[in-house]
Amino acid sequence: MGLLESIVLAVLAASTPLLLAAAGELVAERAGVLNLGVEGMMIVGAACGFAAAWLTGSIVIGALAGIAAGTALAGVFALLTLGLAVNQVATGLALTILGVGLSGLIGAGFVGERIAGAPHLYIPGLTDIPFLGRILFGEDPFVYLSLAIVVGIWWFLYRTRAGLELRAIGDNPASAHALGLPVLRKRALAVLFGGACAGLGGAYLPLAYTPFWISGMTAGRGWIALALVVFASWQPGRLVAGAYLFGAVTILQLHAQGAGVGIPSQFMSSLPYLATILVLVVISRTRGRAGAAAPASLGTVFVPDR
Amino acid sequence: MLERAAEQGVPAPLLQAVGISKRFGDLLANDAIDLDLWPAEIHALLGENGAGKSTLVKIIYGLIQPSAGELRWMGRPVVLDGPAQARALGVGMVFQHFSLFENLTVAENVVLGLPPTESFAAVSARLAELSRAYGLPLDPKREVWRLSVGERQRIEIVRALMQNPKLLILDEPTAVLTPQEADRLFETLERLKGEGRAILYISHKLEEVKRLCDTATILRLGRKVATCDPRRETAASLARMMVGGEIGEVKSGAGRSAAGARLIVRDLSLEPDDPHGVRLDRVSLEVRGGEILGVAGVAGNGQDELFAALSGERLVDADAIHIDHRAVGNLSVNDRRRLGAAFVPEERLGHATAPRMSLSDNALLTGHAVTDMVRHGFINRAATLASVDRTTKTFDVRKSKRDPEAVSLSGGNLQKFVVGREILREPGILVVSQPTWGVDAGAAATVRQALLDLAARGAAVLVISQDLDELEEIADRIAVMFEGRMSAPLAAAQADRETIGLLMGGSSLKPREAAHAGA
Repeated sequence: MGLLESIVLAVLAASTPLLLAAAGELVAERAGVLNLGVEGMMIVGAACGFAAAWLTGSIVIGALAGIAAGTALAGVFALLTLGLAVNQVATGLALTILGVGLSGLIGAGFVGERIAGAPHLYIPGLTDIPFLGRILFGEDPFVYLSLAIVVGIWWFLYRTRAGLELRAIGDNPASAHALGLPVLRKRALAVLFGGACAGLGGAYLPLAYTPFWISGMTAGRGWIALALVVFASWQPGRLVAGAYLFGAVTILQLHAQGAGVGIPSQFMSSLPYLATILVLVVISRTRGRAGAAAPASLGTVFVPDR
Repeated sequence: MLERAAEQGVPAPLLQAVGISKRFGDLLANDAIDLDLWPAEIHALLGENGAGKSTLVKIIYGLIQPSAGELRWMGRPVVLDGPAQARALGVGMVFQHFSLFENLTVAENVVLGLPPTESFAAVSARLAELSRAYGLPLDPKREVWRLSVGERQRIEIVRALMQNPKLLILDEPTAVLTPQEADRLFETLERLKGEGRAILYISHKLEEVKRLCDTATILRLGRKVATCDPRRETAASLARMMVGGEIGEVKSGAGRSAAGARLIVRDLSLEPDDPHGVRLDRVSLEVRGGEILGVAGVAGNGQDELFAALSGERLVDADAIHIDHRAVGNLSVNDRRRLGAAFVPEERLGHATAPRMSLSDNALLTGHAVTDMVRHGFINRAATLASVDRTTKTFDVRKSKRDPEAVSLSGGNLQKFVVGREILREPGILVVSQPTWGVDAGAAATVRQALLDLAARGAAVLVISQDLDELEEIADRIAVMFEGRMSAPLAAAQADRETIGLLMGGSSLKPREAAHAGA
């Protein structure tokens, strides 16, 4: 296997959890809900996913457990911010703290355990094509699933009535309510979907990326996913490009360290985060009209008057 | 009533509200209101702000439920659980504050108002056809934020018409239109009436109601005062019913003599600081001492930017603005206040006052640089309170206690306070934006009189207003803003509505060029 091939494979793997979590958050934010608890939902998904897979020996059950855990945590968020109209920013931050703590508790008995990671696709003939075969037909199923989810989200947002209603609610919940759209119900569903995606993205880490559990293994990927949504201007297509770009930065710094570039490894490890900050600054400076990109009601509480 | 109507073979009203009451906490917003709406009739709902018009309409549209009373649709009692149900019956609504989605296209906005059975392509086609048929041109693919206010209202109307409503409700539809746009709207409404639809027309513009409406129901403080034929009433008699008493006539200061220019703006250009803003393009104007200059224009044509530049909230070239022959364009708000200027912005809550702070603290916020309210860095509480008392007494500000929070005052009383607070300092230059926006007629008269009196004492007063009636009442000269440019001022006595309306629509800025050529 050539160096380039292995780098591309590693980039795809490193990008997938980011893409999954960011795709879910994109839907929630399109509905006008800013859930800063992505990191918390991811790590709980990772812990529950690993625990379930270790206990049952099934990667599928592990993934489902990760989804369920992320969804459950998102349910808490929805209950607070939509049901009780609590501030979204504060609740999201608290959710992350809660998630990190919970994951330590859940994962305490599994530290150091290993499982067999998710198998990679193998289609005789196709996968054997030099270079492209491994990249196109030899990934683990999560990679394909993440891309399918993004395509599905695009189709949902721009080709279905329900997606149009979701965008309308994110733009102006008061008007949507006046038209008779169920604002809070749709927002809740969007938040739950976001939680499911974040849980799955988190579960990807111990199920496929590095098949063992260590506490804190999401290592800030939830925050990068949040930044990615802004980077993508809330467009699913750009989300894919952004996720792979960030995955590439992560992998390149590993290779640079391996190649003995004379830069402290701590600095190299912080590159993805620096890139996040840089991209956000550049975007906010160059964007002509902020309103065209961000859902207008993002982060605002909506209480229907009765 | 119903039985009798049935006996005589007369059909029941399309919609009948019987004894509708709605209570919000301690406030009785609607008190046993009866209303009959008939097909092929334009029915005006008149009343001051807070009279209960919006509440009643929201009940008819199913947005809120009445505490008591009943709605009957074609004689049959109905309970409306939501707007979708009202729309299914045949009620369409055009909101005062547009309920559009800025980041969606025209067609997407329309689709959202329709039941999900119709395909997007079919809706787009029907939309194009309908907008052509009614002379309401719209491009279905445009995003709403790119459209003018008039176009946005067209979307609302088309959206309502797409459901083929039997009853169309319009909430103050002309508040944001130029006179010409309003005329076009009236033609459309006459046509809808001709098709047998009922129209409920909410307004407080009496002349408009007299011209357009067949029936008028007048509300005051949540109660129905009368139902009458507005064409048989005078504007004054309608106003009396709305207000429940005579409105003080504003007396213009006769014999005011305009002195030299005290506020001069020369070639003021300014980039907007938010993406929705308007770029000021070489705005020039002069306000003489003893004169009121009115700046007319549809909202969002640069008035906010002009106010920000004049008040010093945004700094410009020193020479662009002169106050009493001193270049002040780069001076701060307080430096301009020290030169005798005062400013009253449009938004009462959040700009002119900090809502949750007391009136005395709010008095301090604009007065600290130019009064004795601060001494050696310490607040002089006696002085701030005294200033509140003085404003209260002079301008008849009604409030629950001596020094309440700003947010607890009604709109009219708070407006009297924010205008009075500045006027009591006897400014030489006063810039005020929308001085009577959304206040009751009594408070509006007080504020306008105060502005006239201030000018009569020699101050230069600049009034930015969307309300042409107001400008015609108090201004000596009127200039019009359109897309960040300013027309040459017209003497108010000669400025007819048509000319001003054309300028507001931007169809001609010739007077300015003519003035330049003549100069």
